[in-house]
Amino acid sequence: MKRVLLASAAAMAIAAASSAAQAAGEIVITYKDDVSTLDPAIGYDWQNWSMIKSLFDGLMDYKPGTTELIPDLAESYEISPDGTTFTFKLRPGVKFANGREVTAEDVKYSIERVVNPETQSPGAGFFGSIAGYDEMSGGEADSLSGITVVDPMTVEFKLSRPDATFLHVMAINFGHVVPREEVEKWGADFGKHPVGSGAYNLTEWTLGQRLVFEKNQDYWREGVPNLDKITFEVGQEPTVALLRLKNGEVDIPGDGIPPAQFLEVKDDPEYKDRIVEGGQLHTGYITMNVNTKPFDDVRVRQAVNMAINKDRVVRIINGRAVPANQPLPPTMPGYVDDYEGYAYDPDAAKALLADAGLADGFETEMYVMNTDPNPRIAQAIQQDLAAIGIKVDIKSLAQANVIDAGGNGTAPMIWSGGMAWIADFPDPSNFYGPILGCDGAVQGGWNWSWYCNEELDAMAQKADAMTDPAMAAERETLWGEIFLKVMEDAPWAPVFNEQRFTIRSARMGGDDALYVDPVHIPVHYDAVTVTDAQ
Amino acid sequence: MAAYLLRRLIQAALILLGVTFITFVLLYILPADPARQIAGRSATVETVENIRQQLGLDQPLYIQYGRYLEGLLHLDLGRSYLQKTEVATLIAARLPATLLLMVGAIVCELAIGLSMGLFAAMRRGGRIDQSLMVVSFVAVSAPQFVVGILLLYVFAVYLGWFPIGGYGTFSHLVLPSITLGILGAGWYSRMMRSSMIDVLRQDYIRTARAKGLGPTTVMAVHAMPNAILPIVAMIGIDIGYFMSGIVVVESVFGWPGIGQLAWQAIQRVDIPIIMGVTLVSACAIVIGNLVADLIAPLIDPRIKLR
Repeated sequence: MKRVLLASAAAMAIAAASSAAQAAGEIVITYKDDVSTLDPAIGYDWQNWSMIKSLFDGLMDYKPGTTELIPDLAESYEISPDGTTFTFKLRPGVKFANGREVTAEDVKYSIERVVNPETQSPGAGFFGSIAGYDEMSGGEADSLSGITVVDPMTVEFKLSRPDATFLHVMAINFGHVVPREEVEKWGADFGKHPVGSGAYNLTEWTLGQRLVFEKNQDYWREGVPNLDKITFEVGQEPTVALLRLKNGEVDIPGDGIPPAQFLEVKDDPEYKDRIVEGGQLHTGYITMNVNTKPFDDVRVRQAVNMAINKDRVVRIINGRAVPANQPLPPTMPGYVDDYEGYAYDPDAAKALLADAGLADGFETEMYVMNTDPNPRIAQAIQQDLAAIGIKVDIKSLAQANVIDAGGNGTAPMIWSGGMAWIADFPDPSNFYGPILGCDGAVQGGWNWSWYCNEELDAMAQKADAMTDPAMAAERETLWGEIFLKVMEDAPWAPVFNEQRFTIRSARMGGDDALYVDPVHIPVHYDAVTVTDAQ
Repeated sequence: MAAYLLRRLIQAALILLGVTFITFVLLYILPADPARQIAGRSATVETVENIRQQLGLDQPLYIQYGRYLEGLLHLDLGRSYLQKTEVATLIAARLPATLLLMVGAIVCELAIGLSMGLFAAMRRGGRIDQSLMVVSFVAVSAPQFVVGILLLYVFAVYLGWFPIGGYGTFSHLVLPSITLGILGAGWYSRMMRSSMIDVLRQDYIRTARAKGLGPTTVMAVHAMPNAILPIVAMIGIDIGYFMSGIVVVESVFGWPGIGQLAWQAIQRVDIPIIMGVTLVSACAIVIGNLVADLIAPLIDPRIKLR
């Protein structure tokens, strides 16, 4: 018995020692959900998005903490005057973790792998502008006719239409470059045995417990990464992760601050300076189905816009958002700063309803995803609308059911929270086509207000044809105009833009923006630093 | 005995078949579409349809189910829709943690439950008895996530005796085991108490006392073994309770077992994983019950296996 006691005491001592401060240059990050895969063709989750960016490289990337594009695996690129040919010159001497040099052949292989229907990649659609996409995704061709390997260090993309977002597409995870021999070696298990050319290499993966990233000593970028090692511990509840952060065992809880503890932590003098707040490329909105009565009348949709007290909705979620007045979030290029939108004015809203012949109001339904805080937000909106005579019946359902009701057009109103929309890349066009354009207003689409304005579609097409980087400012202005025109027709009532809050340990350093990076979500692992490292 | 065992094994196989069928049908009628989950939001309707075909989800129920059973015959649980890894690999990686947690919980429920019951029986009707029975009542009724968080706050955060969640050493095991075992401990304390009271009334105890044995010897040698045996036979049945408890306990403590795997798979409609975990849990329950039934006659010769 004594021996047993001694053994357990020893075990406890070991555990106590291991919970002490991390070694210099090493950090611990936690996530609630397991990492499903680290295959850039497949991964599309909160927790693996930035991990994949640290293990792999694409032709393009963004300046850390910003939405500014920079060349990554590409050393330089050229865009033809008509905007349909993109030629990338690769950086020589960049090596995969297995020691082989990255070539243009790898770029072609990686993108074709994503488009190949057998890969079942959720990102295939992003490459839709490359010539030959339809043939390959339809299974009629086994390569993309639009990609040409000019020489081992040069790759050329021919597009079927001018696409100003193409450089963003080349920066998205799905376009990251993988070595063919490793993919073929591991087959479907490549996602558990990733080999890339990124700033870190995966050195350990204990399923369901932890992943260890170690610095890639041969990484081409001087002085990157700053850290020697990152340990990701998965399966950790955010509440527990926060306790461990306070205990000095964790440097960043990857899922952020749990809503229940948010105010407590934010008001705590010890922690309030360690919280970094940042914008997200997200908007929460109410869609109104323009094909159903009475939302086919623009005055009714405008009245709804005026009736919602957005400040109160933001208060309901503890101020973790800012009120929105247009579809684009403020961090997105093209956002119109001086637009005032529809101010909160229930009397004016009532007058508009009366104009539309609905002085006595009407009854309708609003679909909402059934996880907190969405039903509470929906109730606040319900009260606001009741004040102008609109009686809303809330349909609180599982996510998949709400998405179905939106995609098949049966939902008169939907609160988008928990489902839509976070942009995949920082370009305004990603906020139009699928959710406000005619292309999205189809069965199974994401344009749940079924708003289709041919004139705006033409303007959008024109904007996306401005591939010359010199026209970037003009293009942004045009996009701003498009979204203000959308607001005139008011198919949506934008409600708020979610803010992101990351809490970090005292030893973590580097620019605040790295902890709420708009692209390397949630945290830019390549660029963050620890202050106690040599 | 052999005939009994054979019959029970056939029954077990039928039960498992039934479990796979019910789970399969439930997942089939689920409104969420796994193909859409896989395809992502940028996918066109054709892409989703394509994935549905590749996975065979466009086939009628009986063909899908037949294919699944065919895989099972080859011990193939399929591949995860989203992780693309073999379900058997994922479960095998996590099963040891769950089994360890169960062993810990069994030790906890026996140690806590039996000692509480024993003391209560010895002080029958007294204050100790009454307060212990209140404690057991609370233990039986307390929701596991509340117990877990409470233990974590007090013993890990406040007192710092144990690590705050995680897996690896003996001290990681203590709090989750107590959380998972506390419900059983409540039951066992009540069972032990009544079983003990029962035994203490028996003639042979009176004989033991009459021949001059001390109260400790009477308790330890004559009363306790007889009172404990029927309770030990119940442990096999507990495995069923544990299987439902691990989902909560593993989440709270970040314990890398199959409960966490199942919970995450359910959120993502990853059907092969949900099927796999359900099947493994059902196996554990069936085996637990079988073992309990086989042990029973060894403990009490009056029970006959037929």
